[in-house]
Amino acid sequence: MDQRRITNLIMTTLTAACAFGVVALLILILSYISYQGISSLSLSFLVETPKPVGEGGGIGNAIVGSLILLGLASAVGIPLGIAIGTYLSEMGSGWYGTIVRFVADTMIGIPSIIFGVFVYVIVVLQQGYFSTLAGSLSLALIMIPIVTRTTEEMIRLVPKSMREGALALGAPEWRVTMNIVIPAAMTGIATGAMLSVARVLGETAPLLFTAFGSRFYNIYLDEPMASMTVQIYNYAISPFEDWHDKAWAATLVLITLILTINIFVRYITRKKY
Amino acid sequence: MGNIFEMIKISVSNLNFFYGKAQALFDISVDVLEKEVIAFIGPSGCGKSTFLRTFNRMNDTIPIARADGSVTIDGTDIYAPNTDVVALRRKVGMVFQKSNPFPKSIFDNVAYGIRINRIHKDKADLAVRVEKALYDAALWDEVKDRLQTSAFGLSGGQQQRLCIARALAVQPEVILMDEPASALDPIATQKIEELVVELKKKYTIVIVTHNMQQAARVSDRTAFFMLGKLVEVNPTQKMFTNPNEKLTEDYITGRFG
Repeated sequence: MDQRRITNLIMTTLTAACAFGVVALLILILSYISYQGISSLSLSFLVETPKPVGEGGGIGNAIVGSLILLGLASAVGIPLGIAIGTYLSEMGSGWYGTIVRFVADTMIGIPSIIFGVFVYVIVVLQQGYFSTLAGSLSLALIMIPIVTRTTEEMIRLVPKSMREGALALGAPEWRVTMNIVIPAAMTGIATGAMLSVARVLGETAPLLFTAFGSRFYNIYLDEPMASMTVQIYNYAISPFEDWHDKAWAATLVLITLILTINIFVRYITRKKY
Repeated sequence: MGNIFEMIKISVSNLNFFYGKAQALFDISVDVLEKEVIAFIGPSGCGKSTFLRTFNRMNDTIPIARADGSVTIDGTDIYAPNTDVVALRRKVGMVFQKSNPFPKSIFDNVAYGIRINRIHKDKADLAVRVEKALYDAALWDEVKDRLQTSAFGLSGGQQQRLCIARALAVQPEVILMDEPASALDPIATQKIEELVVELKKKYTIVIVTHNMQQAARVSDRTAFFMLGKLVEVNPTQKMFTNPNEKLTEDYITGRFG
């Protein structure tokens, strides 16, 4: 074999091995979590609130709490992120756009606990109590820059010719953006939104300072709120074997939830044309 | 033959065009007549596409672009400060070099311009207009059974005719074509050319082409551009047999370009 073929073979093998390694690691983690978690999984685990050691109990309130926190954070973070990202790609070529882009990039790099402390100081200390709203706010702050930057990149990928086609038909700029460019970029924008959802659903640190956690079912936004991650944390740091199993089971539920949301969003934003 | 002044659709006088400091068009004056096909030919980078895009102010999308001189359509200066660019683009349709259908169904592609300009009275009227546009673009028979499917499922030539249908749907008076067949195979090209000849009955057509045979086949008059200057404009027949300028003859006979 000549040099070129040998190089080709080596590089192909190397990249394939790397890909295999990563996927294998992922499968290993997922199967280990399933193996550890499945034994404690039951209907009562999914609906009950936490109870003292040995008395059973579950994460029902934490699942509801996580979904409420996530729902509120998404309702604020995703539209705002898409709006800012659209602004950056369509009109953000000046100095103001440069600053906004820089701020967003910086925010992506900030450790999530900082957002927790920030909201703790700004909201929790002022109000004097932990609350769902404070928790959602800290999650939204994490989501906004992620959605912003992915939206901007995805909109930039829409070919110029498509915009020109619409402009040439007499469409004003805002209509071109709203009903040609954004729909064309929708799959990518949804992927960015999903990334941010998966990211904050797995956040613990900011919630410790803001939503705090709760042992009860709760729907009031001005009260502390349970979440799966904080519940996993509490179960996991305990000295009890029983609670460790519950932490595994809760982790399995969390991952399944993220996967389900992911598949669902991909389905509804799939390319139709 | 009527009065020549009544037949002028587009009149360009002393047009200079700049991208920033670089001048792309030099002092161009030419008239486009009502319901003629005029072809712009010339080597790459000679400014023929830039010139074409001054007719519907597509160059406005480039921030550093600037035009001076005048372009009038039906006697109205389209570079006047109070010009409604949206209305202008409705009147002056455009077909691009690369077909650029929207990520929508075939029907919605054609309906887009009708909808944004609110041309239709109701749903039924919209459907009629879409059908007519597709029919006029010689595409109806090929797509009538799959109007709700993706426009990307069409072949290259069909996509280009879809883009023509989309332009026709808003009832323009002028159609600008920027090398509409340059990415198509000979059979698809032939269909587009036949279409151009057919469309001439109702529309004024300005077509940019690299293909001199194409210019000869479809156009009534031809304008030859070189380095941003209009070298010569003449009836196509004369242009290809007995041009005024030596430069034109050299280009047409393939001595450069």
